[in-house]
Amino acid sequence: MPKIKLGAKSPRIDMTPMVDLFTLLLTFFILTATFRPTESAPVDTPFSVSEKPMMDANVMTVLIAKDNRVFFNVDNGPDTILKFRPKILAEMGKRYNIEFTDDELRLFERTGTAVGVPIQDMKKYLAAKDSDERTALEKGIPIDSVDNQLALWILFSRQINPAVDAMIKGDADVDFPIVREVLDILQDKNVNRFNLITSLRAVEVTEEQIAE
Amino acid sequence: MADIQVEEKNKGGKKKPKKGDARVDMTPMVDLMSLLITFFMLTAAFSKPKVMEIILPEKVRKNEKVEPPKIADSRTLNIILGPDDKVYWYPGKADPEVTILQETDFSATGIRQVLLDRNRALFRKIDQFEKDVISGKINIKQDSMRNAISQLKKDDDTGPIVLIKAYKTSKYRNFVDIIDEMSIVGIARYIFTDIDWVEEKLVVDAINRAEATPSGSAQ
Repeated sequence: MPKIKLGAKSPRIDMTPMVDLFTLLLTFFILTATFRPTESAPVDTPFSVSEKPMMDANVMTVLIAKDNRVFFNVDNGPDTILKFRPKILAEMGKRYNIEFTDDELRLFERTGTAVGVPIQDMKKYLAAKDSDERTALEKGIPIDSVDNQLALWILFSRQINPAVDAMIKGDADVDFPIVREVLDILQDKNVNRFNLITSLRAVEVTEEQIAE
Repeated sequence: MADIQVEEKNKGGKKKPKKGDARVDMTPMVDLMSLLITFFMLTAAFSKPKVMEIILPEKVRKNEKVEPPKIADSRTLNIILGPDDKVYWYPGKADPEVTILQETDFSATGIRQVLLDRNRALFRKIDQFEKDVISGKINIKQDSMRNAISQLKKDDDTGPIVLIKAYKTSKYRNFVDIIDEMSIVGIARYIFTDIDWVEEKLVVDAINRAEATPSGSAQ
């Protein structure tokens, strides 16, 4: 019987295709990964059973932090070509007689964080050198009836991007009256559909509960 | 591919023996890559927050006169979000003399049981429908299933009409929880309205009563 000759090949496995595939996958995931900008204030969202994922584009978010500060963010997601952010800021500036330079507008476009400064402090905020300086200025957007800047932010966001959807990201421990106020402001501007940002939690109703 | 081609242009027919192995060891690279891929995959899949949609009725302008819709007292259930994650509820209409607020909480045996007791017929219907779809008895597409459920809710005329009100010291969490409860139990009709002074007074009474009679656990 002829002996089966084992080739003199080395027992190594050729990993090249594997590496090829991995590089491809890695590139794909890196490119599709969206890095969320750091939030101006930590917000622990409440839990709900809703499984609807958050939209990426055409959203405006009202953030309500634990200390009742209100932030506002226009997150037009991937389509920065449309440049909603600088347009909205320019409109806000016009209303308050503040002229924003092109550099300032561009800077505002680049920073993806939520706005938490009164418009009067916006220039100082954009010129701030480090994050300490910025956090010191973040007093929250005024929402009282004397100077309701949140209403104006909402108004201009809707004018510039009519397809925008309202989101509310509130901290679980925020007092309800302040949320109610935000809802009222939104409703004054004819926004009657809201999306509350929540974290997922599973809840089941047991058989006994139904049968009882 | 990754092998470095060992010279093969030996024109004279002289064969050189291979010297060593010119392969590059790719294991560490593969290790690192799988690690990174895992990381990016997981962050891509789990970073999405969820949203809960609510639609509030349009505000009535001050100069407009709109008759409030008439609803049967027997079907109404009023829920008031109280302080310290408490929930108060009473059926029908508030009467400062007669109405006593029932106190409960957000646990599975709390407000959910109250709602479920009143919404059993509809809940069973939806539950049965979902089971039939899963077991294949009813063949229906995912999209039309949602529509079918909302149709079931629309046709329902036995379930409660829930009015949700918030006392001034309630938290945002309570608001989200109660709306969540509505979707868990499958309440067809619920609405968020402002609290009126009668109810505020009732809540204050209920809080005072709870303070006056300390619960049995305080022995």
